Amino acid sequence: MSRAEILGNIRRGLNRSEADTERQQAVQNRLACKPSNLIPQRAQLPAAEQVELFKTMASEAVSELIELDRFDQVPSACADWLSSQGIRELVSASNSELRELDWSPLAQQQIEKTERVAQAGDLASLTLSFAGIAETGTLMLHSGEQSPTTLNFLPDNHLVVLYRSAIVGVYEEAWKTLREKFGDTMPRTVNMITGPSRSADIEQKLQMGAHGPKKLVILLIND
Amino acid sequence: MQINTPFFKQRAHDALADANLQKALGNLKAGFPEKRAIAVSRMPEFEQLRDQGRDLKNHILEHLDLYLEEFERKVIENGGHVHWARTADDANRIILDICQQVDAKTVTKGKSMVTEEIGLNDFLEANGVQPVETDLGEYILQLRHDHPSHIIAPAIHLNLEDVSEAFHANHHRPKSSDPAVLMQEAREVLREKFVAADVGITGANFCVAETGSTIIVTNEGNGDLTQTLPKTHVVVTSIEKVVPTLEDMTLFLRLLARSATGQEFSVYNTLSSGPRREGDQDGPENFHVVLVDNGRSEMVGSEFQDMLRCIRCSACMNHCPVYGAVGGHSYGWVYPGPMGSVLTPQMIGIEKGGMLPNASTFCGKCESVCPVRIPLPKLMRHWREDEFEKHLQPKAARYGLAGWAFLAKRPALYKPYTRMASWMMKAWAGKNGRIRTLPLAGGWTDWRDMPAPQGKTFMQAWKEQQKAGGQQ
Amino acid sequence: MPNISSGPRVGLFVTCLADMFRPSVAFSTVKLLEQAGCKAEVPERQTCCGQPAFNSGDRKTTADIARQTIDAFDGYEYVVGPSGSCIGMLHYYPEVFAPSDSYYQRALELKNRSFEITSFLFDVIGMDSLQEQLRQLQFNHKVTYHDSCSGLRQLGIKQQPRQLLQQVQGVELEEMEEAETCCGFGGTFCVKYPEISNRMVSNKSEFISNTGAHTVLGGDLGCLLNMAGKLKREGKQVEARHIVEVLAGMTDTPAIGEADYGLAQQL
Repeated sequence: MSRAEILGNIRRGLNRSEADTERQQAVQNRLACKPSNLIPQRAQLPAAEQVELFKTMASEAVSELIELDRFDQVPSACADWLSSQGIRELVSASNSELRELDWSPLAQQQIEKTERVAQAGDLASLTLSFAGIAETGTLMLHSGEQSPTTLNFLPDNHLVVLYRSAIVGVYEEAWKTLREKFGDTMPRTVNMITGPSRSADIEQKLQMGAHGPKKLVILLIND
Repeated sequence: MQINTPFFKQRAHDALADANLQKALGNLKAGFPEKRAIAVSRMPEFEQLRDQGRDLKNHILEHLDLYLEEFERKVIENGGHVHWARTADDANRIILDICQQVDAKTVTKGKSMVTEEIGLNDFLEANGVQPVETDLGEYILQLRHDHPSHIIAPAIHLNLEDVSEAFHANHHRPKSSDPAVLMQEAREVLREKFVAADVGITGANFCVAETGSTIIVTNEGNGDLTQTLPKTHVVVTSIEKVVPTLEDMTLFLRLLARSATGQEFSVYNTLSSGPRREGDQDGPENFHVVLVDNGRSEMVGSEFQDMLRCIRCSACMNHCPVYGAVGGHSYGWVYPGPMGSVLTPQMIGIEKGGMLPNASTFCGKCESVCPVRIPLPKLMRHWREDEFEKHLQPKAARYGLAGWAFLAKRPALYKPYTRMASWMMKAWAGKNGRIRTLPLAGGWTDWRDMPAPQGKTFMQAWKEQQKAGGQQ
Repeated sequence: MPNISSGPRVGLFVTCLADMFRPSVAFSTVKLLEQAGCKAEVPERQTCCGQPAFNSGDRKTTADIARQTIDAFDGYEYVVGPSGSCIGMLHYYPEVFAPSDSYYQRALELKNRSFEITSFLFDVIGMDSLQEQLRQLQFNHKVTYHDSCSGLRQLGIKQQPRQLLQQVQGVELEEMEEAETCCGFGGTFCVKYPEISNRMVSNKSEFISNTGAHTVLGGDLGCLLNMAGKLKREGKQVEARHIVEVLAGMTDTPAIGEADYGLAQQL
């Protein structure tokens, strides 16, 4: 009932019929061609400068950056950072890439690592970012069998691995990569994350750490 | 929600006399306009983005029925459900029905103005389902049995002390006046609610037809916990939020945060495309989208169609000197500020909402910052035309206007009349140069002096001068 | 002196408030036009621009007044007035008529030749022709400038008055906080919502006096009457004038709302 009334109202307002091929063509064209709108100059840069822009913008959004030469340095970097915060646990995404690393540095510092979805009370999580967007220093993560979404939001601290080679200039490039990977069907959720959680709801004064992670740490791998 | 819009004047009077409210409103300028100005200055293409935002929204509205059908098709393909709600009542019943199907006791809620518009919380509560607001500002308001006074900063009318008292009364913890402590307190209390909730309700900033995704834009992360942890996620949104593609959504995301909070990008921009996929370890098992109309489809093709471009950034109210003076509650319903002054009469009727489009100096600041260039003053003027045609304006105003119009259309009468009026005011002022009280002009002279006319009207003086010149 | 007869014929749109409250503003405008080499005339059949009707939703009266104004200013090369708000209203005339109406084209054409005075001087006449005269003037005061809404946001008037003003000897321009924020006048708004209007003009009064300026200048008498009225009521010592009075060197009249000592002597 409602559906027909609403669509009928719209068509009456537009003075158009349902079988208006001209409009249908316009809609199908836009959905098929996905034309880009204006893309700011800011992020249309050579790759190396994109990485620098990403770092600048991520820092501005209060993300912490730890640069690593190699992927296999991730466990020791996690161990050091967690120790510096006095944290003795890490919940990790179940990525095969992450799993295959040598995690003995954690054990050496008495840090326990588990693979599961997040639970209330978790202190730290580790996930892998699909892309980094230089324009605003934004991470793009998506849900999947090996990457539960709760890890991005529930723990107090969120550590994210990002390959330098996964940094793109603008959001549009990330959509393209995402479509290449998933085709027509999006993963259940795509999270664009730009810094740790915050709120200015009390007297318009910014406080960090509202409901999501209080700290966002980007482990940038210079691959 | 109760409609108090007809009492705008009284509410504005009270608001102006409320020292605490005035103190809280003082936070607005540094909170929003100054930050927006910086963000805009860092994006040299911002004006072009605004043009494109306007044009793209116009394209969408010209094809709204078709994009909605595409969006629906894709949501279903993703395994979700789409519900169409013609009215607020329809929407409430649909949402309650979903809650009852999963035997829900509590629902967590992300920030959503559409659910304010339909009065969802009261409806759920009356039917045995407990809603819990999780946005910090909304949570504070729920504890106080209060309503948002701003569309993105709902508790902007409150001060730290108000929050401190509300938390102390509800959380049974030592009273604190440290915002960081208060936020941690809310974080801890709400964590239990997030985990226990049966249903999570969020709004949507945009609905993407290409992918069947809805997106929420937040800074706190509450919306993500709301939609990820419960078994059922219900998105309550309205029909004008649909956009064609991810690229098109991106254009609006570039405009939204900068216009709203002056951020480069909000912390969490989250796309939801249906329920949990096979193999996913978390995420909701059920995904529903409720598309609310509630008067919007009637705006298509009307003189108010431009209003459907609105992306709810709040820039118009953040920059509005009237909003800044009286705050959002004065407007008496859900949507305050210039956008509210256009939308409210549409939703509650011009008979009740007529005060709002009149409460504007037409200074045009709102239009100058609107990311999709909605001609807000023009739309408010359209409401005044509607009122005029229906004879809804106060008698004194109508007769005053008619008398003035009679003269203004007759130059031969207008001139002696203005000569007389100038002379009388000058005489009334005496040699003071200003008038402290003037009969029938209390609206002016209660608050400021009326500078006196110089004496003769220009038309009179000019004529005399020309004549004298001619004689020379 | 420039040759008056060879310059463009300009119709002066007097505006109601200049007509009734401050003829010196209209005389100053005439003087500036003549100094710029124009032949200034004052069409007899003009009254008001119609803004009160337009903003009250009375489209019929608006259209009647628009027709009257279009007729009155027929044949002038330019239409110039000392108000961004009233000239802005002339720019709205095309919206008042259906494109099929014979007045629609004439309204468009009127819009294209209507200018607020500082915009006319700066954008049409050009600084080169005005500089010499302006530099002979003296106004040895600190001033601040209020940007009136319609002029600023509808007609894009921001730099023009400031550029002109800076040619005058002795003028020290100190910008106030929120120069671009509405003063709360808003035509009938100030009497329909007096308390809100009062809050807005109170803020404005504070920003003005914070600059320590001797005079606040502006381009619209509505705003100036409002601001001057508030400054006087609050007992502040800041004077208010229309910018054309300074640009035309006609500052010998009392400022807006100031006691008229000349009149006292006459009596």
